[in-house]
Amino acid sequence: MASKSIKMKAKASNGETTVKVLIKHPMETGRRKDKQTEELIPIHYIKEVTCSYQGEQVLMTEWGPTISKNPFISFTFMGGAAGEKVELTWTDNKGGSETASVTIK
Amino acid sequence: MNTDMKRRLFLKASLATGAIGMVMGTGLLTPRAVLASWNSAAFKAETVDVAIKEAMGSAATTDSAEINLDVPDNPENGAAVPVKISTTLSGVQSIALLVEKNVKPLCGVFHLGKRMKPMISIRVKVGESADIIAVVKAGDKLYSARKAVKVTIGGCA
Repeated sequence: MASKSIKMKAKASNGETTVKVLIKHPMETGRRKDKQTEELIPIHYIKEVTCSYQGEQVLMTEWGPTISKNPFISFTFMGGAAGEKVELTWTDNKGGSETASVTIK
Repeated sequence: MNTDMKRRLFLKASLATGAIGMVMGTGLLTPRAVLASWNSAAFKAETVDVAIKEAMGSAATTDSAEINLDVPDNPENGAAVPVKISTTLSGVQSIALLVEKNVKPLCGVFHLGKRMKPMISIRVKVGESADIIAVVKAGDKLYSARKAVKVTIGGCA
């Protein structure tokens, strides 16, 4: 599935799969001011990211706005083979959400 | 019907629901079940102890040398400090990551499925030089490790 905001790679080796994810998101803390207008930029951040492999949830994360802008996360799970699918979904505080799915290499 | 077909149907169904959500435009149809699990009390906490207590159930943690917190000593730019948490503890259920002096210390909580290896890399904002703290819940007990980082440019956190 194509996703504009999620760049994801999953690679299997030695019976493990390593997933690397880069998400395009401003991750605004709500404490930063717009340089021109001096107004606070509204808080806007990803709250939840879940990753599943073959329909089984492998990782569920809760985030606050102090995760860096354009978040990067990497993790490894046991199992997984080339050709199988890994799916990742994020949801932000404004109700935005996106899902991406990649084939394990 | 094979699983692939079922998945497609499921995706179609979820896309349809998504569309309704967009039409409503109010966010009222946001999947509550998903959002409900986000721990607002823990993320709102302004001290490390309260944040750990809310996120992990107790603020009583044991220092553990089995947690490895890999953070550069002088990351300079506090806006994106790479943190790698790994542990040799067995039966890890969840990991919380905190930055001591941030206005809201809790950065994230990671709930590990059965398959997960207890190792996570992520980047966080560090407002000023402070300790980065990892709390690991394994076998219903809490363990922690901390490491000081010096930032030259604060990460507005």
